[in-house]
Amino acid sequence: MRAVLRAALGGLPTLLAVLSALAMFSAFLELHGVPATEALQLMVKGAFGSAFAFANTLQRAAPLMLTALCVVLPARAGLIIIGGEGALALGGLAAGSIAMAAPSLSPTIALPLMALAGALTGGMWIAASGALRQWRGVNETIGSLLLSYVAIALFNHLVEGALRDPASLNKPSTPPLPAGWMIGTLPGLDTHWGFAVGALFCIAAWVFMRWSVPGFALNVVGGNAQAARLVGLPVNALIVGACFAGGAAAGLAGMFEVAAVQGSANASLLSGYGTAGILVAFAARQNPLAVIVCAILVGGIGASGSLLQRRLDLPDAATLVLQGLIFANLLAWEAFNGRIGRWQLQLSAPAEPARV
Amino acid sequence: MSLDRRQFLISTAALAAGLAPFGRLLAASQTLTVGALYVGPHDDYGYNQAHAQAIAKLKGLPGLKVIEQENVPETVAVEKAMEAMIVEDGAALIFVTSFGYFAHAVKLAPKYPKVRFAHCGGLWQAGKDPVNVGSYFGYIDECQYLNGIAAGHATKSKKIGFVAAKPIPQVLRNINAFTMGARSIKPDITTQVIFTGDWSMPVKEAESTNALADQGVDVVTCHVDSPKVLVETAAKRVMYVCGYHADQSVLAPKFYLTGAEWNWETVYKQYVSAAQSGAPFANMTRGGLKDGFVRMSAYTAVTPPAARTAIDATKAEMIAGKFDIFKGPLKDNTGKTVIAAGTTHAQTDIALESMNYLVEGVIGTVGG
Repeated sequence: MRAVLRAALGGLPTLLAVLSALAMFSAFLELHGVPATEALQLMVKGAFGSAFAFANTLQRAAPLMLTALCVVLPARAGLIIIGGEGALALGGLAAGSIAMAAPSLSPTIALPLMALAGALTGGMWIAASGALRQWRGVNETIGSLLLSYVAIALFNHLVEGALRDPASLNKPSTPPLPAGWMIGTLPGLDTHWGFAVGALFCIAAWVFMRWSVPGFALNVVGGNAQAARLVGLPVNALIVGACFAGGAAAGLAGMFEVAAVQGSANASLLSGYGTAGILVAFAARQNPLAVIVCAILVGGIGASGSLLQRRLDLPDAATLVLQGLIFANLLAWEAFNGRIGRWQLQLSAPAEPARV
Repeated sequence: MSLDRRQFLISTAALAAGLAPFGRLLAASQTLTVGALYVGPHDDYGYNQAHAQAIAKLKGLPGLKVIEQENVPETVAVEKAMEAMIVEDGAALIFVTSFGYFAHAVKLAPKYPKVRFAHCGGLWQAGKDPVNVGSYFGYIDECQYLNGIAAGHATKSKKIGFVAAKPIPQVLRNINAFTMGARSIKPDITTQVIFTGDWSMPVKEAESTNALADQGVDVVTCHVDSPKVLVETAAKRVMYVCGYHADQSVLAPKFYLTGAEWNWETVYKQYVSAAQSGAPFANMTRGGLKDGFVRMSAYTAVTPPAARTAIDATKAEMIAGKFDIFKGPLKDNTGKTVIAAGTTHAQTDIALESMNYLVEGVIGTVGG
């Protein structure tokens, strides 16, 4: 009983944040003369109310899990990385250029190759932010953000220049993927394989953190890098490695956007998945398993925002307001953590203290 | 571990929500449900507003229900939004208004063969693309040519400016038409072009407009999704403006000469009546001033009288089908002949849809 209670307490800030955000959102809607109960019902319908709505939500959640990992993995090593958008763009571009370089490959070879290219490129891009921090003292948050801008500029430059398919007149793109290369949907579900891979990566990341020695070492580095160094942990390697793994996840998200959605690398890749991933990671409080749930939640907000616009004529900004409220509430309820930590400690104390 | 519990709680909530009955709200049998999707805000004073205004005109029509969604990115989000309009609202005609939506419409269309997907800007190809996808677009370069005439009359420095998103054919065609219109008035006018790199870059658009002002440019226009920033910045810097996409005169009443506007209402009403009567779906729809697909903003107090006369005269010729913008001999701004003497490209000529040069008088390169 105590163990269950202790575990549930960990999720309390997120739950409270979501509830208070919903309450504020309802007040916001009522202030604008929109019936809040109807709006909230529609949101649930639009996100989870039917098989179609559910697939809609999952499809939107797919890239968010991978871009959230780009924040979560470095965060476990104590870094705040927010440059996932750039890693996604370059990962997608690397994947797209495989189709350009070797269009005669069979899909069974080409797709893993594209995934590898995407992951390596994205990984190296974020690893660069980690390396700049460890060896040059550059703040990784600012560094990764600026590098993300560089990545996007580079992406546009190449897509509109050297890697452009001359046939893509008004929408500069890399050459389309050869027929048969496109990744299909999950069996029985109208959602592409990126969702399964994203979920798998989240689970793998969690297992790694929880049960492996390097995962433990990474948590030690994140807890106190100096202490980690004192006990002889390879701090630099762990930090840069975590950044690489995070970037690889974002790069893979880019690969899936190319191979499962767009069919080529073009500016449509830059649609804010990297930034939405930051929200998901913070909502999940940097826990890889919770990322799955939070990505579905954010995907659901996107899906239901669509229904809100169509049924209640609400502007798209309404969903942005809700996302903003959730984020602000999450940060606010974080302050609650210290007290929860004390409660958890009390609960984990022996049930019947030994008496002398 | 805490998250197992949390995951359990949230998925239980999700499951409970999923059990709530969700009836399809299909409209009554005789009502046509029309969906419209915009890539940006519906009130952006630009590309999306031009579409949304035309869609708004449909709202009062009998037997019609209109549903809209704005800020839909060109990702799987648009596929799902279209599908949701079909599955959840029973839409039978969807206006897919952003260029980048084309591939997504093509992908979704075979799954819903009875739904008509009308896409703005795409190049529908018979035999390759689904028959229930169609594309519509307008020859707005005609209006940019007329904008150029207004600019030619208004400029004193003989330096005019153009803020553009990307050096793609549709944009180059507008820059060229604007320049040629201006040079038809004063042949030594030059157009300084600045590419911002993307369709919606408000900060860069403001910087570019300021940079143009600093260079002595005194009339500007643009081809970006929302001209709002350009128009307001130009007014602050005391430059005349020619609008684009929609009417921006309210943003700078003392500096707005005229503007090149879309008139999608004409197109949308055609598509709607075809869908209502069951007439075949038009896969390729194109038109200019003559067809009422595009129009000029109303003149303002600052439009020079001489410009009005010149614009009206050229516009009448265009409407009569007697005026071609792109005819030889035409040189690009590197001195190369791009259209030989004696060759004339009518507006409908498909060759113009792959334009890759800037004409003589434009300062800038297609490389960005």
